[in-house]
Amino acid sequence: MIRKFIILLLIVFPFKAFALIEVDITRGNLNPLPIAVSPLAIDEKSKKNFENILQIEDIGYEISNIVENNLKTSGLFNPLNKDAFLQAPDIANLKPRFEDWNLIKAQALITGKVNLVDEKLRVEFRLWDVLAAKEMMALAFTTVPNNWRRVGHIISDKVYERLTGEKGYFDTRIIYVAEEGPKTQRIKKLAIMDQDGFNNKFLTLGNELVLTPRFNPTSQMVTYLSYFKNMPRVYLLDIETGTQEVVGDFPGMTFAPRFSPDGKKIIMSFAKDGKSDIFTMDLENRIVERITNHPSIDTSPSYSPDGKYITFNSDRSGYQQIYIMNSDGTDIKRISFGNGLYGTPVWSPRGDLIAFTKLHKGKFYIGVMRTDGSGERLLTENYYQEAPSWSPNGRVLIFYRETKTNAKGEGFSAKLWSIDLTGYNERKIKTPTDASDPSWSSLLSN
Amino acid sequence: MNRSLIISSVLHLSLIFITAMSLPFLAKKPLDIPPIVSVELIQIAEKTNIPFAPKAKKTIEEVKEKEKKLVSEQAPPKKVEKTKTKTVVTPDQNNKKIENQKPDAIPLPEKTIKKIKTKEEKKQNPDKIDTKVKQVSEFEKKDLIDELEIAALIDKKKKDSAKVVKKNNDVTQDQDRSVENTGLTLSEEDALKAQIFGCWSVPLGLPYNEDLLVRIKLKLKPDGSVIKTEILDHARMNKPGQGFYKVLAESALRALKLCQPLRVPSTGYERWKELQFNFDAKEMLGG
Repeated sequence: MIRKFIILLLIVFPFKAFALIEVDITRGNLNPLPIAVSPLAIDEKSKKNFENILQIEDIGYEISNIVENNLKTSGLFNPLNKDAFLQAPDIANLKPRFEDWNLIKAQALITGKVNLVDEKLRVEFRLWDVLAAKEMMALAFTTVPNNWRRVGHIISDKVYERLTGEKGYFDTRIIYVAEEGPKTQRIKKLAIMDQDGFNNKFLTLGNELVLTPRFNPTSQMVTYLSYFKNMPRVYLLDIETGTQEVVGDFPGMTFAPRFSPDGKKIIMSFAKDGKSDIFTMDLENRIVERITNHPSIDTSPSYSPDGKYITFNSDRSGYQQIYIMNSDGTDIKRISFGNGLYGTPVWSPRGDLIAFTKLHKGKFYIGVMRTDGSGERLLTENYYQEAPSWSPNGRVLIFYRETKTNAKGEGFSAKLWSIDLTGYNERKIKTPTDASDPSWSSLLSN
Repeated sequence: MNRSLIISSVLHLSLIFITAMSLPFLAKKPLDIPPIVSVELIQIAEKTNIPFAPKAKKTIEEVKEKEKKLVSEQAPPKKVEKTKTKTVVTPDQNNKKIENQKPDAIPLPEKTIKKIKTKEEKKQNPDKIDTKVKQVSEFEKKDLIDELEIAALIDKKKKDSAKVVKKNNDVTQDQDRSVENTGLTLSEEDALKAQIFGCWSVPLGLPYNEDLLVRIKLKLKPDGSVIKTEILDHARMNKPGQGFYKVLAESALRALKLCQPLRVPSTGYERWKELQFNFDAKEMLGG
């Protein structure tokens, strides 16, 4: 009782506020953060050993280049030119002279050291806050020397996470359909590469047409569609082991199998009883379950990251639009109401946005909208582009774009492009052949 | 049922008591500003806190009145009229406005007394609960107590006002203190803001549906360089699931360091030697 009274007293009694002047800062700049990536220090003996093993002259320098390139492509960092660095890598790793780094306007500094220990690559790195003159992070990794590129990606992820507050996406891979040959006789192969375009590998020979590969969000498993004797067939492929299995043959037009967030189900659309609807298949017991049942064409289903909702496109309103529903198929709501046709909705791994392709007045757009359909933003427009796929942190989209190869509009080339949510940081990803239908893996190191 | 009624009536009474105690306190708060300096204040206030200016005028008049009050230690209600007339005599241009506002401040004791009385009367209703006690003398006692309480209240107010006026006299000799309450002028604040805007690289990966406010208290040297920074919600830095907050706080600290020395006003160091910056990334991240 007394307590209550005291609390009441405290609430009701107006006490004098302390008169400290407050200044509200609600704006900042979106300029990339200037960061210095010092080459990782390496002793002469290790350097020679690595040269023998990997045929790389200076592995410390190369790893720092990977980090630098990753941070630069994210659009959030501005790696400074190494020529301007005043301090040698080995001394900088021990204790940086912050005044020197301040002088070149670096706000963060990455230093490190590479060693060969028991035939293994040992990399340690430190991230320094130059302005506060203190260490922000220090980590060490040991791995087989051949994994040196991955070490660079992991360092990039750690730095990215520490400085931006969200997980990185550099230690990831992208699976896509590699295309070669004229449009009428296109050879399509499954291919995989690191997110920066290195370590490209072909996974199939190109005998059969392959379509829409999709990564399992929880593992390095891929599901894709392939035509076997003109029948669409859904496959599962384990990237780690190379084993492949057939999930099932499905009649008619089958589209875009995709994993559920827990990786235990596949969701896809196919035609049954003369109408195209959405179905799920449990990968353990192979039971197929119908989710939608409508005379219209429902395709491109994608789960929300919590597995509670599904977004898909349907022409039930007369035009192709985006809808969401509960994962059991109830409570179907249309969310896209803009002009034009909407397709390939993909739910962001962060859960806040849905990416889509939009066709309006003969142009294709890749855009995002909130899950209730509000806040539609078109990130990029072009003659033909589609199939957005999210980076695992939900900040970058990868998609493919077809361009005409000459001014007459003859010939075409399909390439992978990435764009971040700001819409400003658009980049072409190098692939040895033409490429389409990309899918981004989850982080390999987690 | 009875118990809850008693509790409620006790709480009601305490509320009335507290408001009676605190309202005059509120009214006297602006007394810190001395009459002469306040003229300058109004000039500055055109740029800064426009709504503050009339308050300042009010308080100047109040100070005058209360100084007069103290001389004759009589009950306040009668004095109200006197003070009114007196204020009319004062040669300020804005007298009319001030007249209108003054009565609000002075009659407060009257109102409060009435309130107390009426609510004490209400107390008679719950007497039905005390049927067992039913003594006429009880009521009488209560009335007596009421009067005493009111008298005590009035006395307290007198004491309070006396204290405040005394304080006020001290303040009038110290100009710096009076300026303390005014804050920075808009142009001063804008200069500071513009400088920090340029230095603050907002981390773009922050979850924009979270609370993205970092409050940092600064101690500054007269040249604008930072002596000490203190993050006010420091505990949040290491909370699980709040990793983004650390990133945000660090970016704010970096901005302050990068901006050193801050573009502070050239005068009035006492005023801004301690500042609080509220960094809010929400607007930037489109939340």
